[in-house]
Amino acid sequence: MRAVVTVVGKDKTGIISKVSTFLAERDVNIVDISQTIMQEYFAMIMMLDLSSAKEKLSEIAEECRLLGEQIGMSIHVQHEDIFNAMHSV
Amino acid sequence: MFNYSDVLETINMVEREHLDIRTVTMGISLLPCIRENAKKTADAVYDRVCAKAKDIVKVAGELSAEYGIPIVNKRVSVTPVSLITAAFPEDAALVAEALDRAASELNIDFLGGYSALVHKGMADYEKAFINTIPEVLANTQKLCSSVNVGSSKSGINMDAVKLMGEIVKKTAALTADRDGFGCAKLVVFCNAVEDNPFMAGAFHGVGEKDVVINVGVSGPGVVEHALKAIPDADLAEVAEMIKRTAFKITRAGQLIATEAAKRLNASFGIVDLSLAPTPARGDSVAQILEEMGLESVGTHGTTACLAMLNDAVKKGGVMASSRVGGLSGAFIPVSEDIGMIEAAERGDINLDKLEAMTAVCSVGLDMIAIPGDTSAATISAMIADEAAIGMINNKTTAVRVIPAPGKTVGDSVNFGGLLGRAPIMPVHDKSSIKFISRGGLIPAPIHSNKN
Repeated sequence: MRAVVTVVGKDKTGIISKVSTFLAERDVNIVDISQTIMQEYFAMIMMLDLSSAKEKLSEIAEECRLLGEQIGMSIHVQHEDIFNAMHSV
Repeated sequence: MFNYSDVLETINMVEREHLDIRTVTMGISLLPCIRENAKKTADAVYDRVCAKAKDIVKVAGELSAEYGIPIVNKRVSVTPVSLITAAFPEDAALVAEALDRAASELNIDFLGGYSALVHKGMADYEKAFINTIPEVLANTQKLCSSVNVGSSKSGINMDAVKLMGEIVKKTAALTADRDGFGCAKLVVFCNAVEDNPFMAGAFHGVGEKDVVINVGVSGPGVVEHALKAIPDADLAEVAEMIKRTAFKITRAGQLIATEAAKRLNASFGIVDLSLAPTPARGDSVAQILEEMGLESVGTHGTTACLAMLNDAVKKGGVMASSRVGGLSGAFIPVSEDIGMIEAAERGDINLDKLEAMTAVCSVGLDMIAIPGDTSAATISAMIADEAAIGMINNKTTAVRVIPAPGKTVGDSVNFGGLLGRAPIMPVHDKSSIKFISRGGLIPAPIHSNKN
């Protein structure tokens, strides 16, 4: 199963490192990553492969939300199908 | 890989524009629960509803977490209870109590289907059943009731219309301590649909499969936000924007519906395309109409804006879902929509305009508080007017009014939560009693003869 993680917030050092370390600890593989700075705001989208993840998607999503609160970023993890459904015909 | 704007658009829709799945509703047939008496039937009903819907809250929570979209309500609809209690209608309240207990046990938000279908004629057992509605609504928490009094094919059963005016009054009186709250759980329909996921009018039609999942999406805020981006566009462009937005919203609903059906071991039923508002600011159908260019909802032009909105939502939604059903239009409940509440408080919208609006959208005079001394005959006449609009236009219409006991114009009622608050709106003071007392059937229109 694949999921999309979105990290948005004010730019600072170490964001990618913190998020990717967090995911690696849970055996979540990052298959694609894209990052940009938009008007001082950091925006990153990563595609995750959860096929060998230690936890369920819903748990990872909640933990990522909490991680986001800790580091002052807004982090969402969502099943890729929601974006497929809404943005492709 | 997705592009930034698509991903961020979805997240913004949820975080800032109140995009949500308004309801995941499981329809359950109660026909296998009919026993020789009310007690055994009630027991069978309780067991069946609890067994079939035991995971609905859990699964909705999982889906919400995985897809990142809130699922606001978890509901159950059942076969019209009048059908399964036909042999002992006076004891139908036992089944009502069992359903309400099941709803509490399952921790769902509402359970609909304490209903009767009497659009052509009312059998003695149906009349006895309908007479139990006021006490049942006063004594239960989550159970909702509806009665279908007319259809385009059969005409309008004016005996039932007359009775329902009295039932609404009695329900208000029995829940007078809560401003007539019981009436918020009672809908009188013309052309009721069998797969409606929305309350208070949901029931599980006899033509449906055993257990189905029907989903109602929401998203007035998303549409309003999309229109804000094109403030000077002409109306054809506005319609296109609404269609595109409705498509995206509905696709989210379709995804949740199919996934929920799979996990709950049920059949996917329909996605209901209705734009359902809440009392939260930025989640209002009225504000969409105002964004189109009206100073206030209720002024001249409101009906035209609503007609276009309703049509565009359907056009966008139909392609996004494999099966569309339910009510599928824009809802205009007064107490549940901040734009409507404020317009009513300012006196910018009245019952006559709301009635006109119901000719072009779903679903009817909905969640409107009226003076407590409004007569049963006047309420029946309001029901008759709405039923006539539905019958002639081949659409669903309904009346859910609350004659708030002891209150009059200038007062307001507050039901809290999604049901919201409403100022008491004035009704016409001239009598309709002679018309209502005639009874009988208003024949079906000539264009119903299509065979």
